[in-house]
Amino acid sequence: MSAPDNARGVGSMAVASLRNVGLSYGRTRALDDITLDIPADRMVGLIGPDGVGKSSLLALIAGAHVIQDGQVEVLGGDMADAGHRRATCPRIAFMPQGLGKNLYPTLSVFENVDFFGRLFGHARAERDRRIADVLQSTGLAPFAGRPAGKLSGGMKQKLGLCCALIHDPDLLILDEPTTGVDPLSRRQFWSLIEGIRRGRPGMSVIVATAYMEEAARFDWLVAMDAGHILATGSPSELLARTDSPTLDAAFIALLPEEMRKEHRAVEIPPRGPLAEPDIAIASEGLTMRFGDFVAVDHVSFRIGRGEIFGFLGSNGCGKTTTMKMLTGLLPASEGRASLFGRAVDPNDIEVRRRVGYMSQSFSLYSELTVRQNLDLHARLFKLPSETIPARIDEVARRFDLAGAMDDLPDALPLGIRQRLSLAVAMIHSPEVLILDEPTSGVDPVARDAFWQILVDLSRHDNVTIFISTHFMNEGERCDRISLMHAGKVLVTDTPRNIVAERGAATLEDAFIRYLEDAIGQVQDRTQPPPAPIGIASAEDRRGPRIGPSFDLRRMFSYVQREALELKRDPIRLVLALLGGVVLMFATGYGINLDVDNLSFAVLDRDQTTTSENYVLNIAGSRYFVQQRPITDYGDLDRRMRSGALSLALEIPANFARDAARGRDVQIAAWIDGAMPQRAETIRGYVRGMHAGWLAEQVRTRFGKQASVGQFRLEIRYRYNPNIESLVAIVPAMIPLLLMLIPAMLAALSVVREKELGSIINLYVTPVTRVEFVLGKQIPYIVLSMMSFLLFTAFAIFIFRVPFTGSLLAFALGALLYVGAATGIGLLISSFTSSQMAAIFGTAILTMLPAVQFCGIIHPVASLEGLGALIGRIFPTTYFVTIARGTFSKGLGFGDLEAAFVPLAIAVPLLLGATAALLKKQAR
Amino acid sequence: MRTANVLQLGIKELRGLARDPILLALIVYAFTMAVYAKATAVPETLNKASIAIVDEDRSPLSERITGAFYPPYFTLPALITPAEMDRRMDVGTDTFALDIPPEFQQDLLAGRSPAIQLNVDATRMSQAFNGSGYVQSIVSGEITDFARRYRSAAAPQVDLNLRVRFNPNLTVAWFGAVTAIIDNIAMLSIILTGAALIREREHGTIEHLLVMPVTPIEIMLSKIWSMGLVVLVVSSLSLVFVVQGALSVPIEGSLWLFVLGSALDLFATTAMGIALATIAVSMPQFALLVILVLVPLQVLSGALTPRESMPEIVRTFMLGAPNTHYVMLAQSILFRGAGLSAVWPQFLALLVIGATLFMFALRRFRSFLK
Repeated sequence: MSAPDNARGVGSMAVASLRNVGLSYGRTRALDDITLDIPADRMVGLIGPDGVGKSSLLALIAGAHVIQDGQVEVLGGDMADAGHRRATCPRIAFMPQGLGKNLYPTLSVFENVDFFGRLFGHARAERDRRIADVLQSTGLAPFAGRPAGKLSGGMKQKLGLCCALIHDPDLLILDEPTTGVDPLSRRQFWSLIEGIRRGRPGMSVIVATAYMEEAARFDWLVAMDAGHILATGSPSELLARTDSPTLDAAFIALLPEEMRKEHRAVEIPPRGPLAEPDIAIASEGLTMRFGDFVAVDHVSFRIGRGEIFGFLGSNGCGKTTTMKMLTGLLPASEGRASLFGRAVDPNDIEVRRRVGYMSQSFSLYSELTVRQNLDLHARLFKLPSETIPARIDEVARRFDLAGAMDDLPDALPLGIRQRLSLAVAMIHSPEVLILDEPTSGVDPVARDAFWQILVDLSRHDNVTIFISTHFMNEGERCDRISLMHAGKVLVTDTPRNIVAERGAATLEDAFIRYLEDAIGQVQDRTQPPPAPIGIASAEDRRGPRIGPSFDLRRMFSYVQREALELKRDPIRLVLALLGGVVLMFATGYGINLDVDNLSFAVLDRDQTTTSENYVLNIAGSRYFVQQRPITDYGDLDRRMRSGALSLALEIPANFARDAARGRDVQIAAWIDGAMPQRAETIRGYVRGMHAGWLAEQVRTRFGKQASVGQFRLEIRYRYNPNIESLVAIVPAMIPLLLMLIPAMLAALSVVREKELGSIINLYVTPVTRVEFVLGKQIPYIVLSMMSFLLFTAFAIFIFRVPFTGSLLAFALGALLYVGAATGIGLLISSFTSSQMAAIFGTAILTMLPAVQFCGIIHPVASLEGLGALIGRIFPTTYFVTIARGTFSKGLGFGDLEAAFVPLAIAVPLLLGATAALLKKQAR
Repeated sequence: MRTANVLQLGIKELRGLARDPILLALIVYAFTMAVYAKATAVPETLNKASIAIVDEDRSPLSERITGAFYPPYFTLPALITPAEMDRRMDVGTDTFALDIPPEFQQDLLAGRSPAIQLNVDATRMSQAFNGSGYVQSIVSGEITDFARRYRSAAAPQVDLNLRVRFNPNLTVAWFGAVTAIIDNIAMLSIILTGAALIREREHGTIEHLLVMPVTPIEIMLSKIWSMGLVVLVVSSLSLVFVVQGALSVPIEGSLWLFVLGSALDLFATTAMGIALATIAVSMPQFALLVILVLVPLQVLSGALTPRESMPEIVRTFMLGAPNTHYVMLAQSILFRGAGLSAVWPQFLALLVIGATLFMFALRRFRSFLK
């Protein structure tokens, strides 16, 4: 690969150039014939309404999405070429849209960044230094030990940025990085990027953003609409071209005529005088504690009916928690909240009908289309069904969803998803709306339209609106706002009074001063002044590492991540280890090979001592339990049909007499054949007993002469002479458990990432598919080997199953076998995309073959058809042979060679198949 | 509780399921190919059991015995030397090795009651036990016939006329096909309902539901009816088209009665799925719990080995599992043609187990939502 400087030379003209690029999702055309050169070494902004293709464009440039039409060149090479993608991947950092979508919720802040550091091949010391740097400069350092899942939305965004910055990219791609981030943090965020760029002037940054005041500070902008480029140029060029005072206005001016027409500035009529002080929402000393942590600290407010009440505050200050307490989702630790004068009661269905709530993260059904989501909620809120279609049309029009009615939410950009959530929250025309950052990620035009709706609702319909936001211009539109920090309300007043109070120019300034005051008081020890950005200090900057096709460090990055997740979930470990022992015992004890306690009854038409003797011969055995006599054929039929009798005998009249005279007599026996195996056993028993009885008769009658033709059949049950069920079952249960549990865990480990979104790290980091698969597999192989040792120890020392062969051979067989079992799980994960399908798929594809076709019950050689074929290729067959051979038959490597070979072949074969089926780019 | 909510939420579940083509394909596989493969894998209780004979007698009698073993029950016997026997059994070539000692025929006719030795590989589980019964009966049949010609006095001719009802040829496929369906019903219903609930939690949608006028019991019932219905429909179709159709298994009793029994069983298993989902915190934990529950359900319900073979305590314990009663009623209705008058105890048991599980799940679910 050419030296990075060389590549940068090319990039001084364009870091990315697109020629006739198009992209479709099903019927939807996301990008259409885009031709664009993005200049290098600049801060480039991508602006435009929601759903115009900004994210798709970024995903193509980052190499996360496969190129459908046209040509994409990034850092001097074709992104359609896998080799170039691999080579440039370490030089690109991509932070996807959505709050922490590429993060791992159970890992701590530090561990998340560390994971990415390893993926990009930094050594320990280097990594630690860099992580300390980025955490310090983003203000996350005090939270280094907190799990990412427990961070507030804004903190997740910062963490996402840390993860993107860890490897000194030449091209930094940020998809709406400051959505949902509070103004103070946003300022810090951009000064952080500025700092990095100062240190590394060669770095190009491409950002999609919905904040026009941010875009105004960028070097170069691309305005997009409906999959097309509207205009490019510096902010001042765009302002000049459209003759607009602000970028907001310039953007609106750039829009096509019909969209512009719909836009109008938000007008807020003053609230009319209230007839009576009607309080819709009230809280009194509301407090929430999570352990020692006080999330919300004695918050009190009273919100009048029809008021628009804004809630502003830094990320993680307790806004969301307060809202959840108001809706009854979280019970308050202290204090009380009431809606319409009634205490909030989670079980009060009536109150829920009067409230609309929109949570911060998207929480609608991703498996339902937009229309189906709206329809479901309309019905749940008990709208009269004849009015539902009209109501859906109405909100679809209001929120401009008409074009997306039949799309699935996952296919929609964030802004449209937010609008859908809002539409759902308002579908039932509630009297109170509780909206948690409803406009995060929504474009300016749509935001204005949305606010117009809120204002109409408040002023005309007297709807009370409780809204949290990070947009200051939205804060200014509220009747009153509360500023919140660290669980406490700093001030509550009208926006104008707040600005006046601080003598600030704007609400944002006032807000930041309040915050700085509050932080100054409480956070001197935790928040050191923003450190100068040292990431790019020239002396330790090495050229970007162009990974070899297989890199141990990258693989161990995934191993470590997976192991940490396992460690954080001790219940999973206990279930995997001890659950297996319990199963082994239950099945070993429960499956007994000889059948006894069989019920039988007799229809004795003879009633002599001979017939009684015959019956006693059967009843006296331990296998059969005699039931009350059968009265007639009807009784016989009825009792057999109900399953009460497994065996029925009929002894004919004159049985004793005819037998004594040497006449042919016949005893009739009926066996219940519903369960063939049991019937077979009964048949064997009855035949044996009948023969025994006959021999006895002959002996008593003919004496010694009868011994002609007498013989003994000595049955030797080898390997388990006492026919103990534990000895028979346990060596077969170990292979069964070591298939089911590892396959299930391995399959879920990959599909989980697919379902929860972090699979994108496979797409945009240098990790190769083989590294990824092995990294996923190794922790589960280690875990499974621990299970193996535990199972074997229990089998030998607790269940007292004699172990006669080579323990080493058994262990080596187990190692190969769990490699194959996890491999099967991973293979299943490569074609399933939901966890539900992965669980069912793994269960059906491992349990049936392992239990039925692999020699645990029936020898493989005796099987027919598809079952025989599966039995011959499924790894369990061979490990069952090894387990039984080493446990019971005293065998070692030499004797079991034939069973090792297939296992040794299966492991790399499964790994290869998984790597081949797994996709390295989204499609 | 409002039935409209239950209906709407259930329809939502069905729509979600329809969006997962891989899952649908797996369900179809489970109720067609998997059932067929399991039913046809073992055609008879004893099929192609491998046997070797060490004939140290080389008499007409020993040859007669050797000739009595043939497919499909047994493989054609391999004639081996005593030295080969251990090795062949060790590596698993033979399940049975019959050792006919020298002078066997002579001793037999002289009334010296000679011994014939049958070595059985006990690790071969059911084949070992069923098969040794067969071997025993074949060997004694041959010897008795042979000896009768040399015996002076007539022994009493008491015949045992053995008839097997409900499955005269003991075709294993009949029972195997039905148990495959039973196993799949438990597996699918538990996973579908439980995973659907955990997915709602992992995606945050359950929280969303809780701010709406919807009660926990409605959420639970919606999952039970929708997932239960899916499983009921696919299992019934499988019974008609795969079991009755492709496998030509004669069904004696009323299909509708069986479907009713299946519905009761599903009530219990779907409730169990929800209960498990409220115990598990994440999807991987749920998956492990599913394995821990499914294996005993499959292995100890009486479908794999007869209940009569289980120790008392296991048998009693398993009376608490829905599958046990379901296996019983499936046998009674499908093969023995029993009516409601015979199977009502199983119906009642399923209803009681289902109601208990449902109440337990509902209590767990309510506290799980808090």
